[in-house]
Amino acid sequence: MEAYALLIAATLNAGTVLAIAALGLLINEKAGVVNLGAEGMMLCAAIAGFATVVHTGNVWLGFLAGMGAGAFLAALFGGLVIWLGTNQYATGLALTLFGTGFSAFAGIKYVQEKLPEQTQYSIPFLGDIPLVGQALFRHHPMVYITIALMLGLIWFLYRTRAGLVLRSVGESPESAHALGYPVRRIRLWAVMAGGALCGLSGAYLATIYTPLWVEGMVSGKGWIALALTTFATWRPARVLLGAYLFGGFTLLQLHLQGAGVEIPSQFLSMMPYIVTIVVLVLISRNSAFIRINMPASLGKPFST
Amino acid sequence: MMRLKLEPRAQNSAFWSYGSPVLALLLTVVIGVLLFMALGKDPVRGLQMFFWEPIRSGYAWGELMVKATPLLIIALGLAVCFRSNVWNIGAEGQFVIGALAAGGVALMAGKDTSRWIVLAILIAGMFGGMAWASITAFLRDKFNANEILVSLMLVYVADLLLGYMVYGPWKDPNGFNFPQSKTFEAVTSIPRLMQGSRMSIGLLIAMAAAAALWVFLFRTRAGFAQQVGGLAPAAARYAGFSSRRALWVAMLCSGAAAGLAGALEVAGPIGQLTPYVPAGYGFAAIIVAFVGRLHPVGMVFSAVLMSMFYIGGELAQSRLGLPKSITGVFQGLLLFSLLACDTLLAYKLTIKSDAKSAVKSNLGGAA
Repeated sequence: MEAYALLIAATLNAGTVLAIAALGLLINEKAGVVNLGAEGMMLCAAIAGFATVVHTGNVWLGFLAGMGAGAFLAALFGGLVIWLGTNQYATGLALTLFGTGFSAFAGIKYVQEKLPEQTQYSIPFLGDIPLVGQALFRHHPMVYITIALMLGLIWFLYRTRAGLVLRSVGESPESAHALGYPVRRIRLWAVMAGGALCGLSGAYLATIYTPLWVEGMVSGKGWIALALTTFATWRPARVLLGAYLFGGFTLLQLHLQGAGVEIPSQFLSMMPYIVTIVVLVLISRNSAFIRINMPASLGKPFST
Repeated sequence: MMRLKLEPRAQNSAFWSYGSPVLALLLTVVIGVLLFMALGKDPVRGLQMFFWEPIRSGYAWGELMVKATPLLIIALGLAVCFRSNVWNIGAEGQFVIGALAAGGVALMAGKDTSRWIVLAILIAGMFGGMAWASITAFLRDKFNANEILVSLMLVYVADLLLGYMVYGPWKDPNGFNFPQSKTFEAVTSIPRLMQGSRMSIGLLIAMAAAAALWVFLFRTRAGFAQQVGGLAPAAARYAGFSSRRALWVAMLCSGAAAGLAGALEVAGPIGQLTPYVPAGYGFAAIIVAFVGRLHPVGMVFSAVLMSMFYIGGELAQSRLGLPKSITGVFQGLLLFSLLACDTLLAYKLTIKSDAKSAVKSNLGGAA
């Protein structure tokens, strides 16, 4: 029983990394912009966050630094894509390639660094419940903040005027423009919000989830987060659920390795990537289903 | 007040299609100089490592070509993809599987194997790359699965597969437990062009492939049909050009190219299978393809340029004590600046002075 509790706990933790990034990417995709730079932004934010924590000892400052780095890079991407009309795929790819190189370059001094001891969190009373407390109520606050973020995003997208405008920009930028909404500025804000959340995810990864810096440590999580928005057919609640499922898969793989299963570790490590492909295939098979749910102007440039 | 304004051109500028990569390179150099200064290194020395040392001697030129060869071959294949609007970004994985297949053949060689095994190695590499690329093509074709995500996920899978082989079945029993295969027999090594340089026939293959691609793209009907789908999908459908065919041709071409590059690398400079076979060429080749304007001749130049970045990064590490990863920073910057400069293709940058409105507001103030 105790093992299950630990597994659930670890799943929530692993899913959180993916969820924060995927919820962020959902915002800019709802506004019609695909940012393939997620991996690069997460890497730069990871080293920015890690370095900040090494120097200040404060995790929250690290998160802030990560968000800043993510938002800055996203703004750069947004400026190119939204104002200069560059290809969204190529520009996002450029961001990932640049981010991979830059984070490796900037992080070289921090490879051996260690972070200060982490505080143990536990919600009073709830955390003391046997098993359940261990599974659900002794997490880093970011795990709960992520759930709140998902709820907040649902409220914002579907219950507020600003959310409606954001979605209309993603569905039909021409109509939104005709109604007098500043399509470009709205898209830039959405892209920056997405970048900030990818940054937060990267910083959380490097300071809490695996508190160390290794070159290329995001290892595809940015891409999996990108795939998650499609899996979830652009719905926040499904994004969160999908992220936990994927988190679970990553862990299952680690647990099997730990349990000494007779499968070479490399094949187990392939699991998250292969599962991503399989789920992508299952979801995409019905192309009408995808088309109905996808923001109609996703990936298309807007020009007046 | 002065204002910069972008005005659309009636036609894409011919001048800027050549000028923009040059301007992008200049921008990258300027940012590089600033970066060197910020790091407290002499920028002149820094630039020397990247743009002078790699071309200083005959031997250096040879090394430049050794690195440019795989980059060019992979980029040629990617150009077919990008021209037909197929976003294969997993060339790195196709490179690794090509290397793995080629390595498998090379490991079979014994003392009395014929020199012709090199041909088998190269073909195995191409088939390996094609097999890996066809997974992406199949899933896109049959299930409409996004090729960007699938091809990229397969890079990680390919790396792990390589890891499994060199840690497991193909590990050299006399290798002191290092994760590497035994060194290939001398007979398997790719023939070199001359003594005293590591340049191999790979360079000739790359140049021939560039010529072949030029003919295919600009002188054959199939090549034309291939590209129409990328430029105008509706027109391609109307003309009866199959988009499925374009997808398969693009993926198989780039898979074969990347696999061939992998074979040339393992049976050439590397000489065995190790976890360090993937060197990021598959990703750098994406930049080569775009900077070279997806044109065979342009890509020859951009492959050499990217090779300079690799060699410059290594020199900057050994002589200036900078991390080698500076190469990746410059590569990313180059693609970024290129995309920004490409705006000049379709738009004209004009400086407007707001003199009139200034006068107006002054008059308004007086009245």
